[in-house]
Amino acid sequence: MNPFEYQRVDQSQKAVNAIVRSKQAKFLAGGTNLIDLMKLEVERPAHLVDINHLPLSNIEQLPNGGLRLGALARNSDTADHPLVRKNYPLLSQAILAGASPQLRNMATNGGNLLQRTRCYYFMDIGFPQCNKRAPGSGCGAIEGFNRIHAILGASDQCIATHPSDMCVALTALEAQVRVLGPRGERMIAMKDFHRLPGNTPQMDTNLNPNELILSIDLPSSPYAAHSHYLKMRDRASYAFALVSVAAALDLNGDTIHSARIALGGVAHKPWRSEEAEAALVGKPVGPEAFAAAAEQAVQGAKTYKHNAFKVVMAKRSIVRALTVAGGRA
Amino acid sequence: MGPSNDPQNSKNADIVNADSGNTAKGTKVPGVPERGDTSGSRCAWDVTRRDFTKTASVLTGGMVLGMPILSIRAAAEIKASASAHALPVLLNINGQKHNLSLDPRVTLLDTLREHLALTGTKKGCDHGQCGACTVLVNGRRINSCLALAVAHQGDEITTVEGLAKGDELHPVQTAFFEYDGFQCGYCTPGQICSAVGLISEVKKGSVSAVTPDLNKEGTVDLTPDEIRERMSGNICRCGAYPGIVQAVQFAYRNS
Repeated sequence: MNPFEYQRVDQSQKAVNAIVRSKQAKFLAGGTNLIDLMKLEVERPAHLVDINHLPLSNIEQLPNGGLRLGALARNSDTADHPLVRKNYPLLSQAILAGASPQLRNMATNGGNLLQRTRCYYFMDIGFPQCNKRAPGSGCGAIEGFNRIHAILGASDQCIATHPSDMCVALTALEAQVRVLGPRGERMIAMKDFHRLPGNTPQMDTNLNPNELILSIDLPSSPYAAHSHYLKMRDRASYAFALVSVAAALDLNGDTIHSARIALGGVAHKPWRSEEAEAALVGKPVGPEAFAAAAEQAVQGAKTYKHNAFKVVMAKRSIVRALTVAGGRA
Repeated sequence: MGPSNDPQNSKNADIVNADSGNTAKGTKVPGVPERGDTSGSRCAWDVTRRDFTKTASVLTGGMVLGMPILSIRAAAEIKASASAHALPVLLNINGQKHNLSLDPRVTLLDTLREHLALTGTKKGCDHGQCGACTVLVNGRRINSCLALAVAHQGDEITTVEGLAKGDELHPVQTAFFEYDGFQCGYCTPGQICSAVGLISEVKKGSVSAVTPDLNKEGTVDLTPDEIRERMSGNICRCGAYPGIVQAVQFAYRNS
């Protein structure tokens, strides 16, 4: 591990001031991804600013009926919070589908958004090619072993996927990320938070390097009664998604009033499919509408040597998730 | 057969972690030689399981990712360079305060094992993938391999050595005996700490990925499926899972 200077801060503004001082500085929250990547020497920060003692661990109702999830609230506490379980069960399910109880006890909400890809070529510095880790070096995955890689929105520079489950639910629920930078606070819509790789795969998000996540704000949701998070993976628990689906329906009797569909494990960011959602609006709940939505969701999919199965898996998973969400399972 | 090959005795030795210098007193198991004991039938090449698990804990670290010696080297380098970058670190472990001087890179796991001789906590993968290093921090289970010691000042840290009250084992330790919740014993301290955390989570009403209704009143019914899901962060390569599930169920009912 690279040597680094360690600093603990107790106020958000002090944290931003500390990070501004060095380009090589990083915030340390739960550490479940950062410390791992530092051991692998994929991340080599010269300064760690420990933000665990900032007062950002609360989960509180917002005046507009929404819910504010503190950036430092732990994943386990967020999934277990009574208001999350009652009003955003999709989010509880997604968080609980990820990692292990130990990791969820450590991992924070803000850190979950900033998880880096599990692409083998990114995580192992023994591979010389990775445009995300070493811009301009090439992509080892495109011609390599790419079973876990993207089928949507990838580029000829990078076909990595975003590993989070939580972010897939947050995307479907249209969360906003509240951040603090040297020039004050701003909000970033969840759909704009993560980036597609394009020609700059080294940039995972649109968060500036000097910005601190303060909270994730959820709007009030009509989807609590009919939602489901489905995760497909190589073992029953404690594995990253090959494909996951956050499905939410707002029903008027048997008719779909509105829908939200986001996919995990298929793209460089949580992949919301507004085309699939549009295909459901006004349709009766049932396999025909669900299958049509699934077809829409994978339009434009591009597969590689080992991951063509993901297209079929994504379609079937969407139908399955919608079936459970619609109460028809 | 040398005395250390007696499976029952060696199991007993591991579950209370007699390999820790701190707890060896009062938990010595008859017939199991202490470290350095060259009497009896033990030859120079006769490696006890206790020695094996101590060595293997370092060796297995990088193997998951195909880097067999990286974690040994990393731990050794950090230890050697500790004086150059060392910070004063005050840790509260099993109710005892420890004033240490640590490089900020040192994980909580390496602090326990390399600096405090609390070797009950095991190093398996060293990357948060196996759970062997599970300890309790403020009563909550975490992976100590992904925690920096310097960041845990002011926390109450409990390791497997801190669970028993004197000679009286923790109910979860007793349950692992009763239901044979282990074979080689290497993952067992992590399994036990994890199970202690699990039981307090269930009592507080926490849900899991297999809980049928997230909004049902009261605590969940701790079915085998619930236990398997909630213990999924602890890998047992011997496959002692059936015993582990029974042990956790028994301990929960009796605590």
